[in-house]
Amino acid sequence: MSTPFYVAPEQVMKDRADYARKGIARGRSLVATTYADGIVIVAENPSNTLHKVSEIYDRIGFAGVGKYNEFDQLRIAGIRHADLKGFNYSRHDVDALSLANQYAQILGQTFTHEMKPMEVEILVVEIGEEAADDQMFQILYDGTVYDRTGYTALGGDTEAIGERLEESFDERLELGAAVKQALRALSGPDRQLVPDDLEVAALGRSNGRRTFRRVLEAELAELVT
Amino acid sequence: MNLPLFPVGDDPGSDFAQLVRQQNPQPVLQDGDVLDLPHGTTCVAMRFDGGVLVAGDRRATSGHLISYRTMQKVFPSDRHSAVAIAGAAGPAVEMVRLFQLQLEHYEKVEGKELSLDGKASQLSALLRQNLPMARAGMVVVPLFAGYDLRIGEGRLFQFDVSGGRYEELEYGTTGSGSLHASTVLKLGYRKGQTRDAAVNLAIEALYVAADEDSATGGPDFIRNLFPVVATVTSGGYEQLEDDEVKSRSQELVDRLIAQGTPS
Repeated sequence: MSTPFYVAPEQVMKDRADYARKGIARGRSLVATTYADGIVIVAENPSNTLHKVSEIYDRIGFAGVGKYNEFDQLRIAGIRHADLKGFNYSRHDVDALSLANQYAQILGQTFTHEMKPMEVEILVVEIGEEAADDQMFQILYDGTVYDRTGYTALGGDTEAIGERLEESFDERLELGAAVKQALRALSGPDRQLVPDDLEVAALGRSNGRRTFRRVLEAELAELVT
Repeated sequence: MNLPLFPVGDDPGSDFAQLVRQQNPQPVLQDGDVLDLPHGTTCVAMRFDGGVLVAGDRRATSGHLISYRTMQKVFPSDRHSAVAIAGAAGPAVEMVRLFQLQLEHYEKVEGKELSLDGKASQLSALLRQNLPMARAGMVVVPLFAGYDLRIGEGRLFQFDVSGGRYEELEYGTTGSGSLHASTVLKLGYRKGQTRDAAVNLAIEALYVAADEDSATGGPDFIRNLFPVVATVTSGGYEQLEDDEVKSRSQELVDRLIAQGTPS
């Protein structure tokens, strides 16, 4: 009878974390910030069809970085969770926190029990009636949840992006200025990003029941010039 | 509630009704007496230049009694379509709720709206699922109308209990007062009519239906209750203000009084 090789649990976890982190860092990053009317998400994404940012429910938005098929599966599960909850109870009972906890469970479970962790990082945002009630939950590949205030960055190189945001961050900007601020943080000093490289969506308190709205090319070009 | 993740073969895709069935199984109906439930009545829909109009009265009845005077039978199903219902009030309103969510769910999962024909097919499917309920007396017969963004025109559909779907090119009606309402529409409908002409015609059709059919409610100036009238154009779904429907109802009544015949 052969004895399986012993590998220390610390080593297993570290290997998995490294694997997931590497996968996430390969992709492009995104930034979410609060602005005068709600929350805006600016993602570096050259594709017009494979979205990183999406609507979950009336006041809840989603963004993911890393492996597309993995975060898209989580995105759809999130829409199902929200629509079913709103159908079974009421639209007011659907909230970002419970969704973030569900994501954390799935990601944590996959991280410890499956062959391969998910190479994704997820952001769930919810806008409140007042700016003070806005929420941002960031969930890592291992199920760790962070409650962010004001701004956050996901993907590779988030430290540098976060530092650039921290320098200039102002939560009362109008949409155009907020997108420009996020764009500067994303591109850094050495690169010049153009509207074609971006996917932008905003959850605005003045948008009616469904607050999620994509900022499409023509409008985006106008906003950032 | 946990996160609805499915193995590859069981995944319901963008079908919300299927997802609801998987998550909350419905009780199987037993054969038994036909239930006497509140029923909603007359709704009309017609095309006009630049869009389509949907209107419905406000009354729900149980047998010979009025059970509800302020019922809403016309709803937005999404930005560019409207649905109106006649029949058993409970299942009808529930069907509308599921239909609205079905369209929204599809749009969010797939990232784009269904085509207008696709939306009508979804409503057919919901009606087919309701067939066992219909046989127990809970009949629902909707009207569906919307603005087709692909061809830039308003379109409308009538249905039967089994989910049969029939596109109408001019106007459609449903409910117990539909016979009388459709006569008014048949005589008054003009191809390419303006929105205002369509609104007046819809109010008159519902007035005549209420005049002949005890289950349909007319304009109620005492309680300030008037039909719900909505239009769908390239700009989307829009419900008319109560004041506008009130003043147009008043004009109709004044005209009938001046004629000396209650129509």
